[in-house]
Amino acid sequence: MAAPYDLNDDSVVVIIGSGAGGGTLGNELAQKGIDTVILEAGGRHEAEEFINDEWASFGQLAWLDKRTTSGDWRVAKDFSGLPAWIVKAVGGSTTHWAGASLRFQEHEWKAKTNYGDVEGASLLDWPIDGEEMAPYYAKAEDKMGVTNTNGIPPLPGNNNYKVFEAGAKKLGYERVHTGNMAINSQDRDGRTSCQQSGFCFQGCKFSAKWSTLYTEIPKGEATGKLEVRANAHVLQIQHDDSGKVTGVLYADKDGNQHVQKARVVAVAGNSIESPRLLLNSETSMFKDGLANSSGMVGKNYMRHMTASVYAVFDKPVNFYRGTTMAGIVQDESRHDPSRGFVGGYEMETLALGLPFMAAFLNPGGWGREFTSALDMYDHMAGMWIVGEDMPQESNAITLSDAKDQYGLPAPNVHFSDHANDVAMRNHAWRQGTAIYDAVGATATYPTPPYPSTHNLGTNRMSADAKDGVVNKWGQTHDIANLFVSDGSQFTTGAAENPTLTIVSLAIRQADYIAEQMSQKNI
Amino acid sequence: MKIDTLNQGVNRRDFLAASGKTALGAAMVVGAGTLVVPSQGWGMELKSLKPETMATMIQMARDIYPHDRVADKYYAKAMRAHDDTGAGDADTLAMLEDGVAELNARAGKVGMEKGYGSGGYLDLGWEADRVAILRDIEDSGFFQAMRGSLVVGLYNQKAIWPLFGYEGASAHLGGYVERGFDDIDWV
Ligand SMILES: Cc1cc2nc3c(=O)[nH]c(=O)nc-3n(C[C@H](O)[C@H](O)[C@H](O)COP(=O)(O)OP(=O)(O)OC[C@H]3O[C@@H](n4cnc5c(N)ncnc54)[C@H](O)[C@@H]3O)c2cc1C
Ligand code: SF4
Repeated sequence: MAAPYDLNDDSVVVIIGSGAGGGTLGNELAQKGIDTVILEAGGRHEAEEFINDEWASFGQLAWLDKRTTSGDWRVAKDFSGLPAWIVKAVGGSTTHWAGASLRFQEHEWKAKTNYGDVEGASLLDWPIDGEEMAPYYAKAEDKMGVTNTNGIPPLPGNNNYKVFEAGAKKLGYERVHTGNMAINSQDRDGRTSCQQSGFCFQGCKFSAKWSTLYTEIPKGEATGKLEVRANAHVLQIQHDDSGKVTGVLYADKDGNQHVQKARVVAVAGNSIESPRLLLNSETSMFKDGLANSSGMVGKNYMRHMTASVYAVFDKPVNFYRGTTMAGIVQDESRHDPSRGFVGGYEMETLALGLPFMAAFLNPGGWGREFTSALDMYDHMAGMWIVGEDMPQESNAITLSDAKDQYGLPAPNVHFSDHANDVAMRNHAWRQGTAIYDAVGATATYPTPPYPSTHNLGTNRMSADAKDGVVNKWGQTHDIANLFVSDGSQFTTGAAENPTLTIVSLAIRQADYIAEQMSQKNI
Repeated sequence: MKIDTLNQGVNRRDFLAASGKTALGAAMVVGAGTLVVPSQGWGMELKSLKPETMATMIQMARDIYPHDRVADKYYAKAMRAHDDTGAGDADTLAMLEDGVAELNARAGKVGMEKGYGSGGYLDLGWEADRVAILRDIEDSGFFQAMRGSLVVGLYNQKAIWPLFGYEGASAHLGGYVERGFDDIDWV
């Protein structure tokens, strides 16, 4: 058969979501000749339609459906209806992402073994390791065109990077460079090189930054084996009496409901929607939701330990010009408990436009202290800090009493920092501030976490079916033809930005699904 | 959102000359359904809020996000949305009118204590006195609604971006690759 596929075609693999995980898996399966349908809740906006204006772009692409929050994180107070910044559009959050693409470090695959028992943390070792992942990382880096891999030159440093690099080197940091970025530093794969336009977070109008929207998805579609159905919001995954999944119920853009039959279903809706969908799919046979015999669906929600540091200088920086995040200090990413915490963190350059800077510099802040910072906007440099946070069972996506536009329970996102997260953040704030002080900052601002961009862990991978939701292939322990293909598989978060790992896992999972299908196991 | 330019046809006798002590308070003239700042050449017609209420809200907006290089009309423009909302939503309108009334009452008390006289918020000449009142009410729904809308409504106005040195979109100009993305030489 060839795309488009009939609703009653029960030979297709249905993938829910077209972002880093779903978009990649869709293309990989299509390349193998497997009939695949991606159902994507959002619309399709091609690169030329992207809007280089922060709020307007947010309105165009962000996931704004009903969500609630709880826990003692500041986001619950400052952005109570917006726990996470996730995209609802073809391409998913890879339209908005910055492109930082780092491999896990070896020790991070085995966090429980290497960090030991950390009180209050539900640490677990991944059932896979760096050696097993290496070939898939290599494929992903090639696919995404990651700088400083595959002979791809680094990006040039922008003004924000120059300040960051100078300060970091003065402090004695050594692993300082413009990053491993899935942004073309030269023309590659039919896409142009970065034009330093400064709107990586709003969708790259030049398609220089990798996004499934204009790489994986059209490549998959070109095979005739991939159909991407936009504005198709999946409400429920259905199953038969034997407990196998049989298809999904979705609403189209007019709210009309359809059932798409399927041989295999892969969930890739990002770490809030994926567990919510499994929970909302409960039936008399699966009373706690699909694939939830472990009780771990939605649990162990991670969002990385994050923070920012902005600094003001007596001379202009104009940090908004150029790539949003091409700059990194990696020296603190090591595991070194002598610093007072387990795991490590990366420091990465970050610039926001004036509207977002006003919203995020110090949420809720006002008065002259606040505005004197913004008055120096063009004299500012900035960095984002991203480190490993501790999984905690109590940090969780659960079904809220509030309802979404389809009358289904909305997700509640509950998060509280672990003491290790707090210790790491304080260390990172100190070091980040020191970097800017080293080059003469006149003021520095330790900025709290934004709504989560890295949402992880809510259908975690485990060797043992009682500890997690999926096995080492992302296949649910409970239901052989139901897979999880996004960041919710993460057993632990590691210090690195997650997308390269999500893509690598999806490439690997495609091989496994193809093999299992040909062996008629699923 | 449209800020009307000064309507020359408005009969000046309708105006109550404000006795305000803030710069804005002194410059503003309120009439029936209108608020005009003749010296700055702008004014606005109001659909729901009392002009005196809007005048106070504009001052409050500046006190929340004081940027001395940003003219009053941009604060006014950000506040305009509340008047539009108030026109269709009696609860919001009441929340705003009550909030401002409360602000004026508090200001009157402070004015008496400090010997400035019992005027309203616009009669408190020192920002510190006004800010102290705002700190007391910053958890109120009124303050939060004001600040929350302002943080988007003010900073999202492209017209003020150049005052902060923010150049915004560049894709139509070919990005910053040839336009200074790495032009600093002081580090
Ligand atoms: C501003 C920003 C910057 C970032 N920068 C980086 C970075 O530099 N490096 C990095 O590694 N990561 C970065 N990230 C994170 C990165 O974008 C995510 O980790 C990654 O995209 C997650 O992939 P995913 O497949 O899990 O989900 P997504 O890419 O979010 O895709 C999920 C898709 O599923 C769809 N969906 C959800 N529910 C349903 C449903 N019920 N029915 C149908 N469709 C549904 C959504 O609409 C969405 O399109 C950034 C994120 C943001 C927001
Ligand atoms: S800075 Fe480069 S990668 Fe980022 S949006 Fe502009 S052209 Fe694309």
